[in-house]
Amino acid sequence: AGPPRHISRECRRSMRVLVGVKRVIDYAVKIRVKPDGSGVETNNVKMSMNPFDEIAVEEAVRLKEKKVATEIVAVTVGPTAAQEQLRTALAMGADRAVHIVTDETTLPLHVAKLFKEVVTKEEPGMVILGKQAIDDDCNQTGQMLAALLDWPQAVFASEITTTDSGELVVSREIDTGMQTLKMKLPAVVTADLRLNEPRYATLPNIMKAKKKKIDKFTPKDLGVEITPHLTVKSVAEPAARKAGIKVESVDELLDKLRNEAKVIS
Amino acid sequence: MRTSLSTISRRIGRSALSGAPKSRRALSTLVVGEHDGSTLSEATLAAITAAQALGPIELLVGGEGSKAVAEGAASVAGVSTVSYVESATLSKGLAEEWTPVVMAAQAAGGHTHVAAAASAFSKSTLPRVAALLDVAKLSEVLEVKDEKTFVRPMYAGNAITTVESADPVKVFTVRPTVFDKAARTGGSAEVKEMSVGSAVGKTEWVSDEVKKSDRPELATAKVVVAGGRGLKTGDNFGMLDALALKLDAAVGASRAAVDSGMCPNDMQVGQTGKVVAPDLYIAVGISGAIQHLAGMKDSKTIVAINKDPEAPIFQVADYGLVTDLFDACPELEKKL
Repeated sequence: AGPPRHISRECRRSMRVLVGVKRVIDYAVKIRVKPDGSGVETNNVKMSMNPFDEIAVEEAVRLKEKKVATEIVAVTVGPTAAQEQLRTALAMGADRAVHIVTDETTLPLHVAKLFKEVVTKEEPGMVILGKQAIDDDCNQTGQMLAALLDWPQAVFASEITTTDSGELVVSREIDTGMQTLKMKLPAVVTADLRLNEPRYATLPNIMKAKKKKIDKFTPKDLGVEITPHLTVKSVAEPAARKAGIKVESVDELLDKLRNEAKVIS
Repeated sequence: MRTSLSTISRRIGRSALSGAPKSRRALSTLVVGEHDGSTLSEATLAAITAAQALGPIELLVGGEGSKAVAEGAASVAGVSTVSYVESATLSKGLAEEWTPVVMAAQAAGGHTHVAAAASAFSKSTLPRVAALLDVAKLSEVLEVKDEKTFVRPMYAGNAITTVESADPVKVFTVRPTVFDKAARTGGSAEVKEMSVGSAVGKTEWVSDEVKKSDRPELATAKVVVAGGRGLKTGDNFGMLDALALKLDAAVGASRAAVDSGMCPNDMQVGQTGKVVAPDLYIAVGISGAIQHLAGMKDSKTIVAINKDPEAPIFQVADYGLVTDLFDACPELEKKL
């Protein structure tokens, strides 16, 4: 009938939450494909924290405010400049950060392996990641991390609660509606858009975040090799749609749909 | 296609010349199928088409009712084998339960490729499979160029990348809207039951809240009518329902409409919702943010009804009507 209540409280008192953060091109930027087809232009482009990761950080902070989490560690894998996004997470309420510094292009599998090493060091009760990064649109890292750790996963979460016996109850977004799952901690959760509305970091919190600690490692320090699984052959712009026309009335619209596009009868 | 053929023949030629004792591993694909308890999904038929060039196809279905689904799917064109696991454990699509089953089927068949249609289920499960196989996964594949070269979108569909995989097993999900559906008849696959180990039991299913609708499914509908912030209230979506009824269309929504509580999230079209490509997409009161366009800009014909002539939706619309949607929608419905 589950563990005694005082033990579960003890568990909750010491729950560390790890939260993943990725530096990406800001969601509002119209990206430009490099003319040589080697990638997307990132020089002099506004960079931000991946929007799904902001939601993950916000959820971790709320779990701490609810006294479910005791410490929040923000983790990123990326270039030196990704420290900016860790500072943002710290200003939102994370306690400290881990920066795995690399200039190499990393795939979700690499990031999952690196995060696994951080999990082994930090022993969190929960890892919260965004459901996907808006640059590579992979939607893989959380699932891969859960698999490597042999932990349960709650992906595309739109509501997270914990029970008195230390279980996690998650409502997740699926194709036909919502699904609710229950699992024992530790677990990996990935955040969907509707999980919460991230807070803005206030100026005093931004100042305080400058004093918070960021530990730095390289993939080599963690014993993870960034092996090249995929080679990018080319990056191109999608085919442009041909220019459309403006119609003046509903009658004209119906006429075009019936007789020109022939999509309705 | 010419590139792929020449690549393959070059490689065969080289191995023949070097007299390598180890012949190239024959291609074969495991397609992880989805069904509603009686019929294989349309999206899975698209994944079967995507896998056509990658050797014989083994289709894997699981959960309650999968024996009947497997027998029905045996006639799907292009499928060599249908394996089924008649197990209640798999019915809820839990990734923890499905992962060892997919792993076992891949290992037993020695498959070089594992594919599925991109869905909430496959997005949950296949990355787990890929991680345990220690291979990268390719998401939302738009084109299979050859056995190792795949085309996929990035940045909400604003960049299209061609990547070559060096992994021994390629795990990928395909965007079902860009592939034709394999025919449900004409094939004659062998049907076999697959036995699996006991339940993993890491995750407990509690409940599903499924939205019931008699309208066509959003992801596969021929016509989609979608509403955005311009509709102002959830009640006004009734106006779109009436229009959709006339057109036998599914009703979709922008993120703004979902976030403001006007409609449930499973109606969302976009980068983070569903990707649709119907013959006709009618965007009503939707401005056309990048994230929304990512989910519908491959529609054959796009109509935009919006009172703001500067709305970005007009840049992708074939036919734009600058007017008040509260006048245009009822008129449109009446005249259909």
